[in-house]
Amino acid sequence: MKAFTVHKGLVAGIDRANVDTDMIIPKQFLKSIKRSGFGPNLFDELRYLDEGKPGQDCASRPLNPDFPLNWPRYQGASVLLCRENFGCGSSREHAPWALDDYGFRAVIAPSFADIFFNNCFKNGILPIVLKENIVDTLFKDVEANEGYELTVDLPRQVVVTPSGEEFSFEIDEFGKGCLLEGLDEIGLTLNDADAIRAYEAAREKDTPWLFGAIK
Amino acid sequence: MAGKTLYDKLWDAHLVKQRDDGSALIYIDRHIIHEVTSPQAFEGLRMANRKPWRLEMNVATPDHNISTDSAERAAGVDAIPDETSRIQVKTLDENCEYFGIREFGMNEMGQGIVHVMGPELGASLPGMTVVCGDSHTATHGAFACLAHGIGTSEVEHVLATQCLVAKKMKNMLINVDGVLGTGVTPKDVVLAIIGEIGTAGGTGYAIEFGGQVFRDMSIEGRMTVCNMAIEAGARVGMVAVDDKTIDYFQGRQFAPAGEVWDQAVAYWETLQSDADAEFDAVVQLKGEDIQPQVTWGTSPEMVLPVSGVIPRAEDESDPVKKQGIEQALTYMGLEGGSAITDIPVDRVFIGSCTNSRIEDMRAAAEIARGRKVADSIKQVLVVPGSQMVKAQAEKEGLDKVFKEAGMDWREPGCSMCLAMNADKLGAGEHCASTSNRNFEGRQGNGGRTHLVSPAMAAAAAIAGHITDVRTFEEGGAS
Repeated sequence: MKAFTVHKGLVAGIDRANVDTDMIIPKQFLKSIKRSGFGPNLFDELRYLDEGKPGQDCASRPLNPDFPLNWPRYQGASVLLCRENFGCGSSREHAPWALDDYGFRAVIAPSFADIFFNNCFKNGILPIVLKENIVDTLFKDVEANEGYELTVDLPRQVVVTPSGEEFSFEIDEFGKGCLLEGLDEIGLTLNDADAIRAYEAAREKDTPWLFGAIK
Repeated sequence: MAGKTLYDKLWDAHLVKQRDDGSALIYIDRHIIHEVTSPQAFEGLRMANRKPWRLEMNVATPDHNISTDSAERAAGVDAIPDETSRIQVKTLDENCEYFGIREFGMNEMGQGIVHVMGPELGASLPGMTVVCGDSHTATHGAFACLAHGIGTSEVEHVLATQCLVAKKMKNMLINVDGVLGTGVTPKDVVLAIIGEIGTAGGTGYAIEFGGQVFRDMSIEGRMTVCNMAIEAGARVGMVAVDDKTIDYFQGRQFAPAGEVWDQAVAYWETLQSDADAEFDAVVQLKGEDIQPQVTWGTSPEMVLPVSGVIPRAEDESDPVKKQGIEQALTYMGLEGGSAITDIPVDRVFIGSCTNSRIEDMRAAAEIARGRKVADSIKQVLVVPGSQMVKAQAEKEGLDKVFKEAGMDWREPGCSMCLAMNADKLGAGEHCASTSNRNFEGRQGNGGRTHLVSPAMAAAAAIAGHITDVRTFEEGGAS
């Protein structure tokens, strides 16, 4: 996994609440057996006017002129500004894969759905919770200022505006550590292999029906 | 010191290691695998040259993108017409064979939607931690499992280590006392709960459903309720063990037997919250207040009793909510101020991990029996949740009831709940659906979903529009 330390990038906003993972990446693209290549289909139904199909050349598809990510001013955006309960619904990790493939490194919202939030950390994307009034202000500032960039400083846990104003955010220590170092979580867990084996041995004695059932 | 909640007990029983940074290693007893969220995880294992930690804790089946058409299913995996679907199902078969994981293949008895086949095989049992790369895994909480959906990286993590890195959630009790009225079902209860607390109301919580309404409910009904915990934002929804729970598992294929059964039952009987347990949040509802529910918008919280009137955007003062109502009404092609029962219906879907068990089939058949689907309805799909549900329904003659009413009786799978296969809505079509999500495009690009119970869906098929199932007399022409 790629590490996340400090990132400065263009901000694009999607001004609607409860953006679900079906919206982030529709189901027809979940048939892929790869982790990459989902970027062109990010927000497919909002972004294009026709119905998206897997394997299509998206460059020649009709764009929805009302969708912010299609506006020239937001091309190259890498910080996504959103409303409450972002990423609700399906557990599909294809959602953060699509955001990552498109080029987003950080997502800012007043709240996130649990599974999506968790999935971001496995893919080098930083989900940041900021208070609703701050997100409101950011939406206004992004709209008013073309080329509006934010700096996301993970070690210091702050978002820095172009004027130097800083908004701090909370993050759990484990998630922060994994992102900062781009750690392989499985490798980390396997460091505790002895603890897992000890747990299994005790558990197998107390609850034998849990072991060896499916064959 | 306060007693423990059911969630506290399950957490403590599965804690392998508490780390200094606040995270914990939790042991996973059962991992259910399907074709859509697993290929990248298996590929990850191969690339890192890792093996599954404990093979027999895994069970697999294809469900999400397989055809429900009898002829297509009979032709087998190699004949799946859509190439990307075929590759995905074959990839699951190949991965299970390569790693040695027990798979219930596409046409094998035992196959079904992961959250239908797991419990019916006894592959998931009370007190287990159950995970699956699918957000509706909370279904298994109906019998006191700590069960939740995970992403593909976590699928790989569980395969490789039999553990997950987790952080303990907060406890929420949703208490529904009293009794439900005639025609009011578990689906209506959970939709009413989501209407009450909102789609983010349960975020960060493990929900326990308690109260007389859940005690009176069957295990299958409890599965319907727990299934939709995620639609209230909670990864976990649970109901405590009682006699019904224990009866449900007796004699199931992978359930223990003999002396070990008795030992298991003694443990399962401890799986309730202590009387003095403290919850971080408590929500109270009354069973008598719940009517059959219908969603009108594009989020499960946009739900009303069938007697309700669709809201007007101008009556909402909160700007974000107002915009949400406007967007939903535009997408759904509905007018604020009109009656829920005025919503037209083009197609009907009876199925999904929420409502495709035998009791759901029976409830829908009860309404369909002796009646005909309205001429204006283009299609009614009845999709049993598993091979076993299909076989049982056919034994009871329910397939004939559906066919005589003009409905399609299909092969088991996820079908039009998420429309990954050919079962989908056309743009602008309204669907009375027993599934769990009414998101934009969920059931097909431009499709308009109205979430309802199986009985309400069957009633809509007969009436040609959303209607109150309580106005139907049993087993006769309407």
